[in-house]
Amino acid sequence: MAIVQTLLFAALAPLLAGWLKWCKCFLQNRRAPSLFQSYRDLIKLTRKQPVVAEHASWVFTRAPYIIFSATVLAASVVPLIAVNLPTSAIADVIVLVGFLGSARFFLALAGLDIGTAFGGMGSSREMTVSSLAEPAMLMAVFTLSMTASTTNLSVGITHVLNEGLVLRPSFVFALFALILVAVAETGRIPIDNPTTHLELTMIHEAMILEYSGRHLALIEWASQLKLMLYGVLIANIFFPWGIAETISLQSLLSGLLAIVGKLAVLAIVLAISETLVAKMRLFRVQEYLSFAYLLGLLGMLSHIILEASR
Amino acid sequence: MNSTTANWQTAFFNQLVLKGCVVERISIASAMLWQIESRDWQLFAEQGLEEQLRWVAGWAEHNQSQFLVNACFEKQGLYLWLRTIITAEKPELPSQATVYPAASRSERHTRDMFGIEFIGHPDDRRWTRHKAWSENSYPLRKDFPVQGTPDHITPPDMDYPFVKSHGTGVYEIPVGPVHAGIIEPGHFRFQAVGELILNLEERLGYVHKGIEKIAEGRVPVSLARLAGRISGDTTVGHAWAACMAMEQAAGISIPPRAAFLRGILAERERVANHLGDMGAICNDVAFIFAQMQFTRIRELWLRTNAQLFGHRLLMDRIIPGGVACDLTDTGCALIRQDIVRLRNELADILMAVDLNSTLEDRLYTAGYLAPELAAAYGAVGYVGRASGQRFDVRKDAPYAPYDQISFKVAVEAQGDIASRFWVRNKEINSALKLIEKFIDLLPPGDIMTAWREPLAGSESLAAVEGWRGEIVSYVRFEADNKIARFYSRDPSIINWPALEKLVLDNIVPDFPVCNKSLNGSYSGNDL
Repeated sequence: MAIVQTLLFAALAPLLAGWLKWCKCFLQNRRAPSLFQSYRDLIKLTRKQPVVAEHASWVFTRAPYIIFSATVLAASVVPLIAVNLPTSAIADVIVLVGFLGSARFFLALAGLDIGTAFGGMGSSREMTVSSLAEPAMLMAVFTLSMTASTTNLSVGITHVLNEGLVLRPSFVFALFALILVAVAETGRIPIDNPTTHLELTMIHEAMILEYSGRHLALIEWASQLKLMLYGVLIANIFFPWGIAETISLQSLLSGLLAIVGKLAVLAIVLAISETLVAKMRLFRVQEYLSFAYLLGLLGMLSHIILEASR
Repeated sequence: MNSTTANWQTAFFNQLVLKGCVVERISIASAMLWQIESRDWQLFAEQGLEEQLRWVAGWAEHNQSQFLVNACFEKQGLYLWLRTIITAEKPELPSQATVYPAASRSERHTRDMFGIEFIGHPDDRRWTRHKAWSENSYPLRKDFPVQGTPDHITPPDMDYPFVKSHGTGVYEIPVGPVHAGIIEPGHFRFQAVGELILNLEERLGYVHKGIEKIAEGRVPVSLARLAGRISGDTTVGHAWAACMAMEQAAGISIPPRAAFLRGILAERERVANHLGDMGAICNDVAFIFAQMQFTRIRELWLRTNAQLFGHRLLMDRIIPGGVACDLTDTGCALIRQDIVRLRNELADILMAVDLNSTLEDRLYTAGYLAPELAAAYGAVGYVGRASGQRFDVRKDAPYAPYDQISFKVAVEAQGDIASRFWVRNKEINSALKLIEKFIDLLPPGDIMTAWREPLAGSESLAAVEGWRGEIVSYVRFEADNKIARFYSRDPSIINWPALEKLVLDNIVPDFPVCNKSLNGSYSGNDL
């Protein structure tokens, strides 16, 4: 069951990317490509022979596989359509951050590996951003953990479900913190622009400039997965209603429908925000992420002050 | 010519004579040519700087056993054309680049193409010369074959001595000439500490097409076509400048209707390019919504071009003696409608742009070009006008049809990217008004004058305001209606060096938007 859920995760990720693209095109008065274009792109890339730089070491050629596997493993930790799966007890949210961290580590290494100026530049920027983003993310997630007294996502979500709809200030802070972090971590506007062709402004794209063929396909797929992973985290932690609590066909199906709906709405929100704002100057990123951290911290404090006594 | 402008030339002439400079004043077609001894070349520049002349252009010509070296200056809308003659045995003269930084690349170009040595030039590296022709051959000398001496494969342009910097934490970022996007080729070498730009060096010349060489021996119609291809986005501007120079040299004047039609074409080109640029500036800071809207209205504008003039970018519409296409009354009505629609749509888009604080944060104060620097480099067009340089050929040295119409020159003083953005907007507004006035005043009559073969040796210099700024064209005829020498100075040649200055103290990821706000033409620079 957990395997099916992970497979579903991987299978749906390009669809989410396609839907996001569709929303953005709509908001920009353009005609969008088909929702399934992301699948076609991935298939096209896997058919092509990768071109590898002469100076590339084993890191460069292995990195895409490691990045993809780590991201898939991270995705397997996150409950997509059902909680209380047998595997959910194995890994908690720290492991999730760890998986994402190792994927990023290898991506940055691969960027440095071929020795081009852009790769190194991208890696250095990515590390700057993530060193600021990770504490903020952990802070947001810890707020949830404190409420549910667990770092296990599945248990935490069940706890939220059982509590019912209670307005917790700590959760509001944590939600906004996590949204800010998610935007930064997935390389969206205003931190990074995934569609740019300007090498000097790139962060994520700069690291993968030299990739082609199936290597590129894996990395693209991994980043689509990552986008979906953050979407699911936000959707299921803060709005878990609809997720399957028992393993029956009907509840699983409704769980699937629920998450698809929630992700679709989140993508619309993201598309609107990407249409409204320009990319920020690179040196503003730390302010942005400090703000996310501050929100996370406020969430934690408000939990301790307002909610912990209950 | 009013009295103050006449005065500075007389006073300047007297000043030069006082300094011991021998000046021969020759009146040619529309311009005033001053011929001096080669030893006074630098002295003239020093005096010129004191007189606050702006360096405009420099070019040379091979004539049997001698080289004619030319430079052009401007003050208060009056052009001063300077020439000296040096022998082919000892082709050298003192450099003006020591006085005018704007002359530096031009002199390096002349050195590469003719083998003329500029003594005291601060930069002895090659410029236009890459590796496409052998070490001691000079393509613009008459004995060099037009087809060149190409190798099977042109070797890569290796070992160009870029400026180096040392120190902990300083690193070099080479960018281009092939970029991730579909843009023209040019190489940029950054020295940066962290993300802060310490120095930027441009290396251009990758789109050298030998325009100057292949222009030789052409007939006027053919030269106009060639000039229209110097830089695709400035096809009207360059074709007009070249045609104006040829017409002045041949002593023919174009019918008034043709002049007005040329004005309409040039302003339409200006509007289209500014719309594209404003969108591109937004795109470079990832405000894609605005870019899509600007692109859309530009496209509609271009379609009207295609419908009325038969070419989206108006290529080959300007021909020697007049224009190739007429405008009917229905066409005029269509243009009017188009302008009304464009104004409305533009107002809506600008509202969204103006109210966006995230965009404001990126564009204001970034890429600052100080007015003093803009003056020192003689920056022209919207780059100069965003930094308080008021010069506009249409206003200061007006030519038909601009001499019959009053309009306001758009100027901004902040010198940042936002200034260059909003000055474009102002120029669009004034261009739209100009088009409306041209249509109102469009005189009836012919759109062409018959061409008259000019005498061998007749030459002329013409300046027009292209959408990027001042374009200066030089033409000399030989016998049988053929071109002996053609040189066109695109505004990019002047503005590119300003980019090296305005990116300093900015961060590396802000370079693309700085570059876009200047938007120099690579093709127009490389010729």
